[in-house]
Amino acid sequence: MMLELRDIDAGYGTVQVLRGLSLQLAAGEVLCLLGRNGAGKTTLMKTILGLADRRAGSIRLDGVEIGTMPAYRIPRLGVGYVPQGRRLFGEMTVAENLRIGQLAGDGDEATRNSALAMFPRLEERLGQRADTLSGGEQQMLAMARALCLGPRVLLLDEPTEGLQPSMIALIRDAASALAAGGVAVLLVEQRVEAVLEIADRVAFLENGRLALDTTPDALRADESLVHRYVGV
Amino acid sequence: MEFGPHLILALLEGLVQASVLMLTALGLSLVFGVMRVVNVAHGEFFMLGAVLAHVVAGWFGAHPALGFIAALLLAPPLVALAALAFDRTVLHRLGHDPERTIVATIGLLYVIQQLTLMTFGPEARPVTAPFNHRIAIPWIETTAAGLSFYFPWGLSTTSYKLFVVVAAFAASAGVWLMMARGRVGLVLRATQLDRETAQAFAIPVHQVYGFVFALGAGLAALGAVLVVPIRQAHYLMGGDPLLLSFIVVIIGGLGSLRGTVWAALLIGMSDGIVSVFFSPTLAKILATLLVALVLVYRPGGLFGAKPA
Ligand SMILES: Nc1ncnc2c1ncn2[C@@H]1O[C@H](COP(=O)(O)OP(=O)(O)OP(=O)(O)O)[C@@H](O)[C@H]1O
Ligand SMILES: [Mg+2]
Repeated sequence: MMLELRDIDAGYGTVQVLRGLSLQLAAGEVLCLLGRNGAGKTTLMKTILGLADRRAGSIRLDGVEIGTMPAYRIPRLGVGYVPQGRRLFGEMTVAENLRIGQLAGDGDEATRNSALAMFPRLEERLGQRADTLSGGEQQMLAMARALCLGPRVLLLDEPTEGLQPSMIALIRDAASALAAGGVAVLLVEQRVEAVLEIADRVAFLENGRLALDTTPDALRADESLVHRYVGV
Repeated sequence: MEFGPHLILALLEGLVQASVLMLTALGLSLVFGVMRVVNVAHGEFFMLGAVLAHVVAGWFGAHPALGFIAALLLAPPLVALAALAFDRTVLHRLGHDPERTIVATIGLLYVIQQLTLMTFGPEARPVTAPFNHRIAIPWIETTAAGLSFYFPWGLSTTSYKLFVVVAAFAASAGVWLMMARGRVGLVLRATQLDRETAQAFAIPVHQVYGFVFALGAGLAALGAVLVVPIRQAHYLMGGDPLLLSFIVVIIGGLGSLRGTVWAALLIGMSDGIVSVFFSPTLAKILATLLVALVLVYRPGGLFGAKPA
């Protein structure tokens, strides 16, 4: 298993969000995580990254325990993060944002070039401040920044939020291309139909644990499941 | 003295003051900008730099120039180390929380001040400048024969004061380059902009904080070493630099290095000029008034980045 969470209790300070959560993710797999607002999807990603307070349980990356590591060491092991709301370094240029991604990995130019090749539009805007990009371009940059570290595990937190259909398709195709290349992708989404095509598995988060771990086919066969866990 | 030469003199004094203030305020601004820590003990790091300069220079009693060079090389790193130790032992444990660290640095202020009083004593102590040639400055006058130069009595500066200006500008330019180019600046700016995302990109923010706190203290100490041959070292000398640095950082826009540089020049120069023509007290009153006005009408600072 590329990424393995077992019996995770985590939250922020005294607030507990995740309760006994277990999850597995294999290389080349796309796991789509669904859940209501406030279910703890973002918290799950932050827990993997060491940015939330993990109180119990283990997190293994390729068999190595990362749950006890300080947050800044985890990206170096190949965990790329595309945060909810993009969280770009707005006052920096596109190139500087990419450079930060690069510095988090091995700094390889080839990795950066292949990240840019996925989003050629960024190439024309390298000198532009990140906060002056359009919403779609910002999302591309958030993806490219994470790809610049050469991730083996990619955490995508609502990467299509607020984007038009063609942009959603672009982001989605990028995610599935990465998975085809062996990257383990954990994808948080609100719009189920947007991701069912590329997901290998779909999991629902409820009350701080995975309520259901299933396949897109099973979901298509029984749409009441989506309604039950996401409420749409 | 006539008005013209008098003004030149005031400008020169102001420039010396401004350049040292620029270094000191850059330190405060970096610490506030990157760490969100209001370092009330910043002036004490300045004082510590001056006091250590006196101590180190004393080892080379017979060779004042050597003593000064040793002070310049040793005092700022020593002060930076002390700051790093404080960051590791106290600020880090407070999670660099903006409010609790204020209290901690207030405590540090008194600890440094009283320790210095106990060991160094209450006297003001000099440090000899490594060189100190008087440089007379010519002025122009119009005579029947046309324009001619003459050297008005009292219109002079010293080679050392010019050195202070050049050294302070060079060090500030170094800080600027470090922040604007290269890896260290990128890492520092990322930490400043978004600490959590910075960590998600392998930036060890707590180490960055330690580095920045040490750098900020080191810059204050460097400013102090430069100015101590003009001012003398005294255990209470940290008050003015702290006040003026705060004024500069507020007027320049919190966390903006460019603003800090411009505001230091504005405040330092006007402080020098008003002090020469009127009184140092009036200079402080005006600067404080300006701060109040800026806080009311331009809370982002006169030179800060445009509000997002
Ligand atoms: N920094 C924090 N401190 C305290 N509580 C937090 C913090 N961040 C999130 N929470 C709480 O944790 C719970 C889970 O939040 P989280 O952001 O993980 O939800 P989510 O599933 O990502 O929701 P959304 O779909 O709206 O993004 C919420 O109740 C939220 O209020
Ligand atoms: Mg979320």
